[in-house]
Amino acid sequence: MELARVIGRVTATVKYETMQGVRLLLIQPQDAAGAPQGEPMVACDALQSGPGDLVAWITGREAALALPNTFAPVDCTIIEIVDHAWRDRAYLEGA
Amino acid sequence: MILCRVVGNAVSTVKHPSYQGRSVMVVQPVASDGRSPLGDEFLAIDSVQAGPGDLVLAAREGNTARQVLGNDDDPLHAVILGIVDAVDVTTVQG
Repeated sequence: MELARVIGRVTATVKYETMQGVRLLLIQPQDAAGAPQGEPMVACDALQSGPGDLVAWITGREAALALPNTFAPVDCTIIEIVDHAWRDRAYLEGA
Repeated sequence: MILCRVVGNAVSTVKHPSYQGRSVMVVQPVASDGRSPLGDEFLAIDSVQAGPGDLVLAAREGNTARQVLGNDDDPLHAVILGIVDAVDVTTVQG
């Protein structure tokens, strides 16, 4: 699971049959402090998220399990709309 | 499985049903000293009541997460499996 900001929508009229009806969004992975991590990617949306939302997404076989058709050929799905995320690197120093 | 330090958390209201009632922590992979960051932080579901500052054992693989937290159909991916008390590193001199 990782955080990302939704930065756009992707529309594909022609797509594989088990992906029909699946909404596609463009996301920019980021850390909990808001800094981008890696390149933007295309994610399926299991909720009703949209551009501007902070979201959590998963990869792997599980990405398809979050969709109505669990045998879809996808590897990235949004599973949470995040209200608030924080991190404090001071925790790396202590303990 | 990897060693991570819990450094924060993420709160969500709108989430997939499999995530209802589960807390999501921000974890930073660390070296065996428990402090030096290794790579990028990520999110993991807590299964052991871990909190910020704890050194934990985490898995980033779906089958592990489903065994610990749910059934075979839940779309769970990363999970915190334990709170680490100590790490002993023995270096064998050649």
